Amino acid sequence: MDSTADKIAIPSDSPQIVRELTERTAANDVLMQPTCDRITTLWVSRQDLRGMLLYLKSQTYTLLFDLTAIDERRRTHRPALPGSDFTVVYHLLSFQRNEDIRLKVALVEDDLSLPTVTHIWPSANWYEREVWDMFGIAFDGHPHLKRILMPPTWQGHPLRKDHYARATEAEPFSLSDEQQEIEQDALRFVPEEWGMRRSGDGTDFMFLNMGPNHPSVHGVFRIALQLDGEEIVDALPDIGYHHRGAEKMGERQSWHTYIPYTDRVDYLGGSMNNLPYVLSVEQLACIQVPERAQVIRVMICELYRLASHLLFYGTYTQDLGQMSPIFYMFIDREKVFDIIESISGARMHSSYFRIGGVAMDLPKGWDKRIREFIDYLPARLDQYDKMVLQNGTLKRRTQGVGSYNTDEAIDWSVTGPNLRATGFAWDYRKARPYSGYENFEFDIPTGRHGDCYDRCTVRVEEMRQSLRIIRQCLDNMPEGPHKAYHPLATPPPKERTLHDIETLIQHFLNVSWGPVIPAGECCMTVEATKGLNGYYLTSDGGTMSYRTRIRTPSFPHLQMIPMMCRGMMIPDLVAILASIDFVMADVDR
Amino acid sequence: MNAGLGDAADIAGILASLIVVAAMLIWVERRLLAVWQDRLGPNRVGPLGLMQVVADMIKMFFKEDWIPPFADKAVFVLAPTIVFITMLTGFAVVPFAPGVGIIDFNFGLLYFLAMSSLSVYSVVLAGYASGNKYSLLGGLRAAAQTVSYEVFMGISIMGVVMLAGTFNLREIVEAQRGGWFIIPQFLGFIIFLIAVVAESRRTPLDLPEAEQELVAGFHTEYSGMKFGMFFVGEYLAITLSSAMIVTLFFGGWLGPWLPPLLWFCLKTAVGIMFFILLRGSLPRPRYDQLMAFGWKVLLPAALVNLLATGAVVLSLQG
Repeated sequence: MDSTADKIAIPSDSPQIVRELTERTAANDVLMQPTCDRITTLWVSRQDLRGMLLYLKSQTYTLLFDLTAIDERRRTHRPALPGSDFTVVYHLLSFQRNEDIRLKVALVEDDLSLPTVTHIWPSANWYEREVWDMFGIAFDGHPHLKRILMPPTWQGHPLRKDHYARATEAEPFSLSDEQQEIEQDALRFVPEEWGMRRSGDGTDFMFLNMGPNHPSVHGVFRIALQLDGEEIVDALPDIGYHHRGAEKMGERQSWHTYIPYTDRVDYLGGSMNNLPYVLSVEQLACIQVPERAQVIRVMICELYRLASHLLFYGTYTQDLGQMSPIFYMFIDREKVFDIIESISGARMHSSYFRIGGVAMDLPKGWDKRIREFIDYLPARLDQYDKMVLQNGTLKRRTQGVGSYNTDEAIDWSVTGPNLRATGFAWDYRKARPYSGYENFEFDIPTGRHGDCYDRCTVRVEEMRQSLRIIRQCLDNMPEGPHKAYHPLATPPPKERTLHDIETLIQHFLNVSWGPVIPAGECCMTVEATKGLNGYYLTSDGGTMSYRTRIRTPSFPHLQMIPMMCRGMMIPDLVAILASIDFVMADVDR
Repeated sequence: MNAGLGDAADIAGILASLIVVAAMLIWVERRLLAVWQDRLGPNRVGPLGLMQVVADMIKMFFKEDWIPPFADKAVFVLAPTIVFITMLTGFAVVPFAPGVGIIDFNFGLLYFLAMSSLSVYSVVLAGYASGNKYSLLGGLRAAAQTVSYEVFMGISIMGVVMLAGTFNLREIVEAQRGGWFIIPQFLGFIIFLIAVVAESRRTPLDLPEAEQELVAGFHTEYSGMKFGMFFVGEYLAITLSSAMIVTLFFGGWLGPWLPPLLWFCLKTAVGIMFFILLRGSLPRPRYDQLMAFGWKVLLPAALVNLLATGAVVLSLQG
């Protein structure tokens, strides 16, 4: 740390946890950084990190919300912050305090290593592998520090600033036969590399590659299974086949043009993905979103939640061998898309939200279709209850299968419906209302056993709650502008532009270069369809994001699979996969 | 009564119509499922999409005849023919109508059970010969499932045999003139029904194939006409199973007004549709649950049915 760190003490009005933390762990050179999202952010030293994390975990900061890094070497706006080439960020969440805390560790380029925290949070395993893969930061003591998203043969670490972002910046791609052999060989699953034995207790194990192409893995996802007969001894999820570099793209798109990329992260959630991103940008730019835009956003989000949950419901039954429900549910989902299309012009990926509001106002007579739909769906859901949830075979397939309790779920960074299925009623929309959720009445459905069956019932009940929220949107849609009258709202409201030279320039710059968002950092999170989805943006005061970190719920959920399926059979694994409700784009980004 | 059975016209006619029926079932199943699932199904090729069958056949015939290099070639080729042949020969004893059929055989029922058991070799050998782990798992499941379920498939229909006093299928039909055996043998019927679904490996008991778990199970590596054999074999199995259910429990060709052959075909068609409806509505149990259900519930139930029927028959005679 450089000398500025010593000068800035912990302010006396800082949260109590910060003072406790520094006293208890006897840490020196701790520095507090103000951030836009008002999350307590502390710079700590490498030696103190583990002790502090352990202490925080004991002080109810039990969820490792995110673990990521930033390549700071090209920053220009970092006033009064410790010098750092690479910064590793630990973002923790406390349910009891309803507070977050962020710890940052500065690293220099010659010495990129940190102690692992996998023994504190098992979920840190994949996060640390990701940081290693993307930045080349090593974690001492990590059990399997290997690449996770990139191919094992990849050269370089993509999220470093000196790694190219576009294929056109690199040599033209060609794949010779020899190289293809090498690449294929690198993907071969070798059990010994993962500490698996080939035989034991007088039996030889069979190793089965489930995926990357398999009907039940919902995308390109591989699980290497160690089998004794049909019983799963151990499993090894292998991700990265759907990696498209969404975070890297954030660093080369303007703040505005990145919005459509977010739709495709959880591609079943559509504009729900826009929300944490635009919230984050708006927080950085201090934009107040008008009430009407907020309610429209809530309504669109809940429609997308319905669409996503309907698809989950259908594939869930299909993976359990029930053939028909998915077709009925697709009909309902189609109706949702018709509504969204009539409002935004697009169906699955509407990219409807904008910095400062939404793309356009609601069309004339917008509420008729929605009203018809929310009157129609409850009866259908009741019918599905009889068809699916009350089916005896289905219950026997899912009850008690793949269960975990609340503590295990939190240890593995599980959020959203999968966490609520354990009986823990914590919903981000209630705990920390965003976009005006505090004005809506709805319940938090929970399960009891945290098994495959409860994960489904929670989602089914959430659909009913979404319908309630949409009805409230219909009945209470405020009048007013659909986008903020703010210089950084993009694109600028047309009626406020081209009046004089000032508004002409403003319009021209915002549309051609895109808005310049003030330097700072901010993480906004929403209760997305599958769990907590957060966008942690760092602006260096440019027209593009300096670092876009996407915290997705599916990533940690998949990491838990081995724990859930040990000792089960292949059909149980299929039920578990179906009940997790993941899409690979949300995992790999 | 045996007059006219088994001549060349009979054999050719039955064989031809079976092949046509099995092929048409592709269309019937897809259309029916579509209707039940609020879809349209194949409706583009020819009137009502009927020519879809022809299109599918042409496609299948002209697919590359590919055998994976890691497969056991001879067995791999042999396996699909077994199910095809056993199911076709199974029809030899089916009493379509008085005077229509191939042979009148005193142990017709046992012959049917034998053919149905033999067909499992097809699946087991296919799973083994493919050299694919999913196929292997499918083959293992098939062996376990079929062996378990044929035990009480046999026992479940012994009640019918006791009531009719014969293994001859034509005589069993005649014995139902006073009333169909479904009424006294309702339990036997249910058990037999579940057993034939398991034997013919149809959804919901299609565990050897279980798309969501084993990709395509035992026939993962098959393509072209060899896959077509499995396909047609499965439809033949459904047809044969329905025909047997009709013969044993629903009075075979018996019925008023309409000609006997038509009655038989109508009843069988309803049976086939029931199989398709089952496929469209039920989820698949887990493999161990299916086995447990078979041994712990169906087997005792079949034995109870056997004893009770025997007691009643004896007491009525005595």
